Amino acid sequence: MTIVKTTINRRSFLKVSALAGGGMMLSFSWLAGCTPAREDTALTLPEEWFEMNSYIKIGDNGVVTLMSPNPEFGTNVKTSMPMILAEELDIDWKDVIVEQADFYPERFERQFTGGSQGIRQGWKPLRTAGATARQMLREAAAKTWNVPVDEITTEAGMLLHTSGKKAGYGEMASVAATLPVPKEVPWKDISDFNIIGNSKKNVEGLNIVTGKPLFGMDHHQEGMLMAMIVHPPSFGLKVKSVDDAAARAMPGVSDVFTIKSLQDDYERNSFDTNAFTELVVVTGKTTWEVMNAKKALTVEWEQTSDSQIVVIGWGGKQTVTIPAGLESTDGHKARMEEMSKKPANILRKDGDPEAAFKKAAKVLERTYSAPYLAHNTMEPVNCFAHVTADEVELYGPTQAPEFVARTVSARLGLPMEKVHIRLARMGGGFGLRAYGHHMVEAAVISQKAKAPIKLVYTREDDMTNGIYRPTYTATYRAALDKDNNLVAFHVRGGGIPEHAVHANRFPAGAVDNYLAEGWALPSNITIGAFRAPRSNFIAGAEQSFLDELAELAGKDPIEFRLQLLARAKNNPVGSDNDYDVDRYAGVLELVREKSKWGEMQGGVHRGVSAYFCHNTYVAQVIDLTMQNNKPTFEKVYAAVDCGVVVNPDAAANMGEGGIVDGIGNALFGELTFRDGAPEKSNFDTYRLIRQVEAPKSIEVHFVKNDKDPTGLGEPLFPPVFAAVANALYKATGKRFYDQPFGKALQVSQSRM
Amino acid sequence: MSLSLKIPNIIVNFTTMAIFNLNVNGKRQEVDVDPKTPMLWVLREHLSLVGTKYGCGIAACGACTIHFDGNAVRSCQLPVSAVGEKAIITIEGLSENGDHPVQKAWLEHDVAQCGYCQTGQIMTAAALLNDNPNPSDSEIESAMNGNICRCGTYLRIKAAVKTASNSK
Repeated sequence: MTIVKTTINRRSFLKVSALAGGGMMLSFSWLAGCTPAREDTALTLPEEWFEMNSYIKIGDNGVVTLMSPNPEFGTNVKTSMPMILAEELDIDWKDVIVEQADFYPERFERQFTGGSQGIRQGWKPLRTAGATARQMLREAAAKTWNVPVDEITTEAGMLLHTSGKKAGYGEMASVAATLPVPKEVPWKDISDFNIIGNSKKNVEGLNIVTGKPLFGMDHHQEGMLMAMIVHPPSFGLKVKSVDDAAARAMPGVSDVFTIKSLQDDYERNSFDTNAFTELVVVTGKTTWEVMNAKKALTVEWEQTSDSQIVVIGWGGKQTVTIPAGLESTDGHKARMEEMSKKPANILRKDGDPEAAFKKAAKVLERTYSAPYLAHNTMEPVNCFAHVTADEVELYGPTQAPEFVARTVSARLGLPMEKVHIRLARMGGGFGLRAYGHHMVEAAVISQKAKAPIKLVYTREDDMTNGIYRPTYTATYRAALDKDNNLVAFHVRGGGIPEHAVHANRFPAGAVDNYLAEGWALPSNITIGAFRAPRSNFIAGAEQSFLDELAELAGKDPIEFRLQLLARAKNNPVGSDNDYDVDRYAGVLELVREKSKWGEMQGGVHRGVSAYFCHNTYVAQVIDLTMQNNKPTFEKVYAAVDCGVVVNPDAAANMGEGGIVDGIGNALFGELTFRDGAPEKSNFDTYRLIRQVEAPKSIEVHFVKNDKDPTGLGEPLFPPVFAAVANALYKATGKRFYDQPFGKALQVSQSRM
Repeated sequence: MSLSLKIPNIIVNFTTMAIFNLNVNGKRQEVDVDPKTPMLWVLREHLSLVGTKYGCGIAACGACTIHFDGNAVRSCQLPVSAVGEKAIITIEGLSENGDHPVQKAWLEHDVAQCGYCQTGQIMTAAALLNDNPNPSDSEIESAMNGNICRCGTYLRIKAAVKTASNSK
């Protein structure tokens, strides 16, 4: 048993009221119950709710409402975070109702979905909130029965006294809710867990398969207008003039106007990324009518000039110059090639790399590249907004409500506490929805229209609006001595507008002579976090290079990596190495065992890859077969060390999704530009992986340990690119350096 | 002699609204809309049936799949004027309590991640199983290939279709 202080949860114990009786805003059928909606097991609503803390309400009949604090975009935190609460509260999962919390900074610590941090950073606060409520229930029973609290135990929502007295949580909740919050509470031992580690179905499952209005896109309010935007067709253009006469005459149209979503002198935060701050807006009765009116607009565009914005980011306040001009992929490639040849900023240097390269028996040098990618969430950008003279109500997809609230507050000149954000389930996120421009736009439109509005982007608006995964390149160079030992390693990476080099990651620490350099070129094409930012390129480059290097050294690729890891463990170079050697080696060993690596695989070509990012270790083996230059992914094995696995089947689902997404982007993902304009704007040209291209089978294996859990949304994605490239090499005899690999393979178009 | 007429530079696009009497989920529904309006928007904004999703608007993603006269069709490309008397079934009408074999299989396999595409996936799968109660793996793959899942739940989708086919 671990005793923890409740002060780590400062906000979660600030109660709105001690007794929150009734007051449920939603009708029962909309709540995410943990039991299937069958008549014999359906939960009944209590007469009265008692609030234990920000996360937990207990009904007088023992039904428990657990709040899921974080925005949900498909990683199923809406199930796994309440599971953590339920575990420490010690209740029966079938008595639980899960409710999505609104953005409520006074009550919840960290309402942010991104960086695979939800479970990792929620782990202690959620356990403590659950344990605290349980402790208060025990104290209430002790007080009621006049016995020492130590004599009271709990089991599945029941309070039990050594004398045989027992009561349900619901019976003690009214007393418990009035007690002071204990200063210290005990946590369960991990060996006593009975909810965590046992798969629970998605609490939203039934609502999803029956098409309930879960998404921002589905929101409707009486008197609401539909709004759509027109943004410049190219990066480097802005609005010059608007001829709206034809559009205004279209049926159903209410108004046409332009908005400025961010003022030029506004100091932006890291998630205010937005290439197009001036937009043409059409409002009207229905989406179809507004969509047609949009097409009837005649907008004249003009080129922007160099401009400066101030960004207050992680590294403090910075003035950033946004260059003018209409950029093209061809131009990007030429500039990147030129930059790749020049020395760049030194990010880390160990030993004397140049001397080691001069003395080397063998030197391998290879250059890798990857294009821009669009997030392509299935639910296009949208947001409902209702702005009145002194209040803002927003409902829509966001991973980062706190950042949006600040921006909206600044833009409309209203205090933060007047900006109310309700968190819609998101139809995908992948990083895109950390950027809140759509919510600011919706608020400004509503203010101007003096009405509740729902802003909807068409797919084309969404795909051509920016916030892309950047385009990257990296050149790797390695030196082997005459005994095929790795004696020097050099990575020089760059990109537009950032590089992807993580200087302290493996194999840093395993090589005496090591050099990492990075460079970047500015651009007016906006970029943003995309599932495992930077790792999603550099892992593929690094792990492809290590595969080719192992071959040059005449070593098995897994054994080669394990030898380097052993070196980093026994005699590490430098002290800032950003990985745990044993856990890294552990996933390689597990995937080697599970895939029966080294045994003959008839007709199957295998590639291996491993990576550590977002606090989780992953190794993968991909088996593919080739027919007519078309790969079929027969099997993927993944070994994952993310500590305690909260919801195993949902965790496997995340792993499968990351692998499928990785294969799709490795083969097909690409957004190119011509004269500033994205050359793809919908799924007829932007190819996403489909059912026929998905692997036939995926096994996700988790390392079993008691370490605090880390996330899964991102870590399974980056290594896939190299596992694919390395397996394709086995199949074709060709190395694949430039993503998407499908171009070199000339993969035949799949049927639509 | 020619006559020159000065016309203001305005294109006035008069759209005639029309009343359509539709058969949606077994109920008669009357809507007064532009005849060119795709069923996707009629369902979502005139009949409040939002389980049918907007994904691409060009029949490339399958999120808007409904049953039209028993066939899986992309409602974003089906103008209301083309519907006539033929039956429309949406996800809301697939079963009364979410207990269609395909929906049950989706829950059993806990398919969804974000969930946005899943209603379209389910409608395509249900139509497939109506036509072909025991599809092979490759028949499932090709039938489901028009439905994109950005989260990559394809393996679970396929497994759920197989479970639903076995349960029939």
